[in-house]
Amino acid sequence: MAKLGELASLIRSKNAGPFQLTFDIMFNDPAVYERVKRSGVVSREAISRIYRLPQEQVLFFFVDNALAIKASIPRPIFQGDVGDTDSHGGQQYAPLITLNIP
Amino acid sequence: MSKHTAARELRILSPTGALGSGFLESSFNAALEQQPHVIGCDAGTTDGGPFALGAGKPSFPRLAVKRDLRLILLGARRIKVPLLIGSCGTAGGEVHLQIVHEIVREIAREEGLSFKLALIHAEQDKDYLKTRLRQGRIKPLHPAPEFDEEVIDRSERIVGMMGTEPYVRALEMGVEVILAGRSSDTSMFCALPHMHGFSAGIALHAAKILECGTAAVVQRKTPDCMLATIRDDHFEIGPLDPDLRCTPQSIASHSLYENADPFLLKEPDGTLDTTRARYEAVNERLVRVRGSEFIPAETYTIKLEGAELAGYQTILIGGVRDPYILRQLDDWLTRIRARIEWRVKDVTGLAPDEYALNIRVYGKNGTMGALEPVQEFQGHEACLIFEVTAQTQELASTIAAMTRHQAIHFPIPEWSGLITGVACPYSPAYIERGATYRFNVNHVVEPDNAYEMFPIEIVEI
Repeated sequence: MAKLGELASLIRSKNAGPFQLTFDIMFNDPAVYERVKRSGVVSREAISRIYRLPQEQVLFFFVDNALAIKASIPRPIFQGDVGDTDSHGGQQYAPLITLNIP
Repeated sequence: MSKHTAARELRILSPTGALGSGFLESSFNAALEQQPHVIGCDAGTTDGGPFALGAGKPSFPRLAVKRDLRLILLGARRIKVPLLIGSCGTAGGEVHLQIVHEIVREIAREEGLSFKLALIHAEQDKDYLKTRLRQGRIKPLHPAPEFDEEVIDRSERIVGMMGTEPYVRALEMGVEVILAGRSSDTSMFCALPHMHGFSAGIALHAAKILECGTAAVVQRKTPDCMLATIRDDHFEIGPLDPDLRCTPQSIASHSLYENADPFLLKEPDGTLDTTRARYEAVNERLVRVRGSEFIPAETYTIKLEGAELAGYQTILIGGVRDPYILRQLDDWLTRIRARIEWRVKDVTGLAPDEYALNIRVYGKNGTMGALEPVQEFQGHEACLIFEVTAQTQELASTIAAMTRHQAIHFPIPEWSGLITGVACPYSPAYIERGATYRFNVNHVVEPDNAYEMFPIEIVEI
């Protein structure tokens, strides 16, 4: 078992335009990337559960040539609108760090 | 440069990922020695939120923009290549474009430069948008706020995000410098490849990496220059600073950045598809990319960006350290809110839906809000931000002042007598934030052609 944060070279979140948030989970080592990908722990379902929204609102990708996993979701509040907590969307990835990868 | 020789190539220089964010002069000079055919620069972003568009103010300081512009303009004129700057002044509205135009005129005066300049305007006429809306030719993207004629009227300004075509037309008029309003991030880099008949997929993919400057290097130190060489079936790209390098993975990864889909990038005239792109190292700093494809769109579309006033804000920052308050924080704040709402109604007559009181709790869910999975409060202190949004600044501050008084003395059952439960670091305790804006459109227009929304104005400098 290892935490996703210990295996990834970078986990980040960012706006993809003012209306969507996107998460990038990146790896340096193809074997580690494959391990995480095959584990099935990081999935559309996982993103849906962690961020509490329906699976059909989650875009989810494995990007093999970049050794990266990517997910995008609609923002709960549009960027900069009253009540938004994170104008750049940069600090929304923290719950992904502690996912347990076999 | 012949269209039919096998070795033909175009070298495109991007001095920095955002005009005003800086670059090393040494990198820029090294790039000029490689004789680029064109210099492009993306000056825009929505990264800072709706304020730049709503308030008409660029995100980067004027002096920082002038520093970058002076070096770039002098470089472009020295080697006599076109300089294309898109999304001037961050948001690319008319006021933003004119701010950059004025800086360019200043530099030209100070440096004794003269050249033929094109201004390409991107702020949209409200009647034009209403006409297109009535024709059913404005369509929502996902997710999108409601968009109707009232939204158009309420907007401080709405800009269209131009494609590469207006740049091409301006270059065909023989201009040497283009300052454009809001533009697709890739448009200024694609203009010359388009004119010379290079593959749209190859050019667009290179442009997508160029527009962010050194964002696609392995370990970015500061914003800096990137140079792409476009050939018929591939492009090569890399940094100029000898301390930086690009790898196949760093370039492939860049397709992920600030883009919801890592393989598809939508532009006015079609979509870049990098699913079959192949990345290989040319050497330890340069990467070669092949196989990027372009899927032409059935309908030409222009994306809109608009911002409207959301109100005026006043905020109050305070800390809570008392463990008895912290263990009932949510409940305490719920009771405080009810008390504030009662007091505001009593003094101003305003109902809770006529203003907004947002209480942020740092230490609990101040960063993630509704997305925060940790529900219970842990920790020995919390930071509270009481944020009031109202129709005028005076009203917002009136409500904030009452909020302060109600909140700091609000009781808990554990203590009898008057408490002061919030530590305020400032006097006055509240801070006026001024006008606040919201993005109010995520739609595309179907224009008759690529030019009708973007008038070109030629100016002799």
